[in-house]
Amino acid sequence: MTLSHYLVLAAILFTVGAVGVLVRRNAIVVFMCVELMLNSVNLTLVTFARASGTVDGQIIAFFVMVVAAAEVVVGLAIIMSIYRTRRSASVDDANLLKY
Amino acid sequence: MSVLAAAVDTSVSLGTVEAVTFWILGPLALLGALGMVFSRNAVHSALFLVVTMLCLGVFYVVQEAPFLGAVQIIVYTGAIMILFLFVLMLVGRDSSDSVIETLRGQRVAATVLGIGFAGLVGAGIAEATRDTAATGLDAVQGGDVNNIEAIAALLFTRYLLAFEVTSALLITAAVGAMVLAHVQREPGTRRSQKELSKARFLTDRPGTLNGPGVFARGNSVAAPALLPDGRYAEESFATGIDPQEIDQLPRPGGRRQLGSPDDALGTLEGTPSGVPGGFGGGNLDEGENQR
Repeated sequence: MTLSHYLVLAAILFTVGAVGVLVRRNAIVVFMCVELMLNSVNLTLVTFARASGTVDGQIIAFFVMVVAAAEVVVGLAIIMSIYRTRRSASVDDANLLKY
Repeated sequence: MSVLAAAVDTSVSLGTVEAVTFWILGPLALLGALGMVFSRNAVHSALFLVVTMLCLGVFYVVQEAPFLGAVQIIVYTGAIMILFLFVLMLVGRDSSDSVIETLRGQRVAATVLGIGFAGLVGAGIAEATRDTAATGLDAVQGGDVNNIEAIAALLFTRYLLAFEVTSALLITAAVGAMVLAHVQREPGTRRSQKELSKARFLTDRPGTLNGPGVFARGNSVAAPALLPDGRYAEESFATGIDPQEIDQLPRPGGRRQLGSPDDALGTLEGTPSGVPGGFGGGNLDEGENQR
């Protein structure tokens, strides 16, 4: 059991989140997958903070959390307004900018 | 640097307790992530993600970051996931994924890509960081300086500018969410109570509709309301749920249960048996005979 176990777990979680973004259609679930990716990066940052012996990594992880919170609020508001006009939360239906 | 070099020899391997924690919670976090991606129901996805986030919060605490662990649990699983659930309920739980693939073979391609990516990155990281020493944070947050003080000392000196910019980001996000989610109605487009009342009296049924379960001896939403003659009131069928025949409590039968409050209402003599809510024709006669 070394620190690289944490890093490998974070890499796998990141991949699962990325696959989820590619596979899922529901915009809210896609958002959750993005959250999972951000979380796995936070785990990496905390692990490296421990490896390097400083708390800088923890502070960066803290900022990531703040940015994620702001992003979720705006993203969910966008999903709400899209749902209001189209009655659908599927990412495939919002293709008005396509052509 | 000499401290680092000395630490490499001693602290590459972590303690047993931490290993046990990792091998229990790591697979659990992975299961949560996979469950989130593969469950059809978006609410289940959110709950699976909560599991993963709680596991990660414990990992932060184990890795000498108790403040981040608490923030993870309070802010992420407490606030952000609840926000997700709120929006899920507003948008409608049943607006789940279509199973139709827009691009042919996209799922298979994404899965293959994911496995390949995880293999490559995981193996690369494992190889590159195999000898990374857990230097530990004793130098900065051991003794009388705890984790929060160590973070604060750095956050309000070196990262002060980023911290201040963060406040601007947060207020922008709050205003942005309000602008996006707010619906401006033209004055006069919403019908007044007077107009609504007039429109209702022009219909066949000026009164209010039966709610589900009213007059029925069951309080489930799936239980339709009963009309006075025992038929189902079709206006009371709940949307989205099939009306179900639920077990009706027997009505207290007249004189046999003297003292029950329903006695004041009289008996239900003459109610045909086999009607939901009726109590079966023979009941009262039986009571009479026994007496």
